[in-house]
Amino acid sequence: MTAPVLVLVDHTEAGAVRAPVRELLTLASRLAGDAGVHAAWAVDGVEPSAEVVAELGALGATHVHRVVADADLHLSGVLAEALASLLDATGAGLLLVVSSFENKEAAARLAVSTGAGVVTDADGLALVDGRYVASKTVFAGTWTTTCAVTAPLAIVALKPNSVQPAAVDGAAAPQIGEHVVAVSDKARRVTLVERTERPASGRPDLGSASIVVAGGRGTEGDFSVVEELADVLGGAVGATRVATDEGWIGHDAQIGQTGVTIAPRVYIGVGVSGAVHHRGGMQASGTIVAINSDPDAPIFEIADFGVVGDLFTVVPQAAAEIRRLKG
Amino acid sequence: MSGVSAPGPVSAAPGTGGNVPRVRIVVCVKHVPDIQSERALGPDGRVVRDGGDGTINELDENAVEAALALVEASEGSVVALTVGPDDAADAVRRGLQLGADEAVHVVDDAIAGSDVIGTARVLAAAIRHLDAQEHVDLVITGMAGLDGLTSLLPTALAELLDLPALPLAAELTVEGGTVRVRRNLDHASEVLEAALPALVSVTDQANEPRYPNFKGIMAARKKPITTLTLADLEVDASRVGAQGARTEVLEAAARPPRDNRVLVQDTGDAGVRLAAYLVDNQLV
Ligand SMILES: Cc1cc2nc3c(=O)[nH]c(=O)nc-3n(C[C@H](O)[C@H](O)[C@H](O)COP(=O)(O)OP(=O)(O)OC[C@H]3O[C@@H](n4cnc5c(N)ncnc54)[C@H](O)[C@@H]3O)c2cc1C
Ligand SMILES: Nc1ncnc2c1ncn2[C@@H]1O[C@H](COP(=O)(O)O)[C@@H](O)[C@H]1O
Repeated sequence: MTAPVLVLVDHTEAGAVRAPVRELLTLASRLAGDAGVHAAWAVDGVEPSAEVVAELGALGATHVHRVVADADLHLSGVLAEALASLLDATGAGLLLVVSSFENKEAAARLAVSTGAGVVTDADGLALVDGRYVASKTVFAGTWTTTCAVTAPLAIVALKPNSVQPAAVDGAAAPQIGEHVVAVSDKARRVTLVERTERPASGRPDLGSASIVVAGGRGTEGDFSVVEELADVLGGAVGATRVATDEGWIGHDAQIGQTGVTIAPRVYIGVGVSGAVHHRGGMQASGTIVAINSDPDAPIFEIADFGVVGDLFTVVPQAAAEIRRLKG
Repeated sequence: MSGVSAPGPVSAAPGTGGNVPRVRIVVCVKHVPDIQSERALGPDGRVVRDGGDGTINELDENAVEAALALVEASEGSVVALTVGPDDAADAVRRGLQLGADEAVHVVDDAIAGSDVIGTARVLAAAIRHLDAQEHVDLVITGMAGLDGLTSLLPTALAELLDLPALPLAAELTVEGGTVRVRRNLDHASEVLEAALPALVSVTDQANEPRYPNFKGIMAARKKPITTLTLADLEVDASRVGAQGARTEVLEAAARPPRDNRVLVQDTGDAGVRLAAYLVDNQLV
């Protein structure tokens, strides 16, 4: 049994596909077989360009739906109604979304309105005996679980860095269609008074970067060492709540249970103690590196490579050496 | 931003001429294993709740704080509500100690094994029950349960109650029957607005939760905790608990500790060794 898969395409205001969507499409084309992969593009002022359609197609989308609504698709109630009608129209048995707060809000609504079973923060998904079985880590990355969706419709929110994106051999150009949604009065009860998208930093996006350098209180507010290391590695910059509360860096850089959850290939903590709230957002990282002057810092309990030392000497030295080795 | 003494961004409009409308707020608080403790899943895939080291979900203290601040600035009452086994009464008791006026604990063996939607159904029924007694203007939840971190519950609950949802408030104001929220998402910041009644979830940025004082703890002893069952709420037991769940945990295992861990003391070349580690292991 294979059913079509619907994929929500997160995109920037400038019309670029967000990186983790590539992972969703790769996973979707594996799971859908010949049943088809339907990509949903919310037309919230931005149309999918020809290059975008080609990109989605190369990653396995067989259909691209331009979703047009008579209300703001940034509102989760509006998005949920649009996705519900698209699930109906495509006959999809699975909706894949990137695991973000907005998408989880839409998923929660769809769970109520459609009876779907939802798994959030999944890091893998397979079809086993006709059921979708997702894997995920829980309790700050200390446990791994697998979880089957027992309802006929599954919604899975996938964590970035879970799947290696891959182009599909001999993919045909996707069919483009328009899907118009008439939004209910109910979904209009919330007004989006203001929405400000943060400008791209020039560095990779924290949530999906494969290398992240995070700074904590130990930096004493001097993030230049953190940024220098991130830049020689082509990585993203993150922070602890202490650093964001102090205003050393924007709140969007906060890694942890109440910030961004990340699972990069490499996490480097610079002057970060490794408090449980912070660990909850990074402990599932591939390789964990920590630089801390306190040998008893809890982060060393989970570090693959730890340096007990002063970050202001160790980190610039490491950055210079990497620059030299990479020539 | 969350300086201890700074007034929190959660505020109600000052009353005009003493003519302040009463607000009745229900706060949903969850009892979870302490995140500082060893947490575990049982063979059934459920969170092990062996008593003792359970606590109120820390983030729900921000929800209680938001409710109390709103009621203090105008007038009204706060009801702390929890769904969970016997131990979960601790979560609403904490709410009473902090200053909530009433506490409701829904407990029923049939609830065990509920998924988020099952839990939301029970909470929704309890809130309807409270609303029938006296109109509820606002439901406030935490941003996430620190046990599962799904963050699905608030929006699901709003959908079941047919209320507008304003999740993830970093700032919250209620003014003239309108609730306004500022929220910070991964890529954007938003301001949302809706007319009451509504549901809001608050983040840890919204305020600095108070500690219960002696007076609060003594006063809480006199406040009863109302216990309700599924029958009291007329909830169909087959739609909650493990039977009503749409997901089933198949396997759960503690991750093995990381092996081949290296800890070096800097003696002058640790930066170079760190670089070599990353390059030799083809990590960069
Ligand atoms: C409800 C709640 C939610 C929270 N959510 C989050 C969250 O999502 N994310 C988060 O990060 N935190 C969160 N926190 C806060 C968390 O508990 C910790 O307070 C925080 O993570 C600590 O940040 P830190 O490591 O930067 O600071 P500290 O714990 O103060 O650690 C600083 C470290 O720097 C080291 N250091 C100092 N100087 C140097 C030097 N020159 N060279 C090398 N090392 C040095 C010190 O040895 C120390 O280990 C939350 C807290 C609560 C209550
Ligand atoms: N069993 C419960 N009883 C009361 N409130 C709950 C319960 N489960 C979740 N909540 C509320 O919903 C919020 C989000 O939880 P979750 O969706 O589980 O991450 C929590 O912060 C609580 O306010």
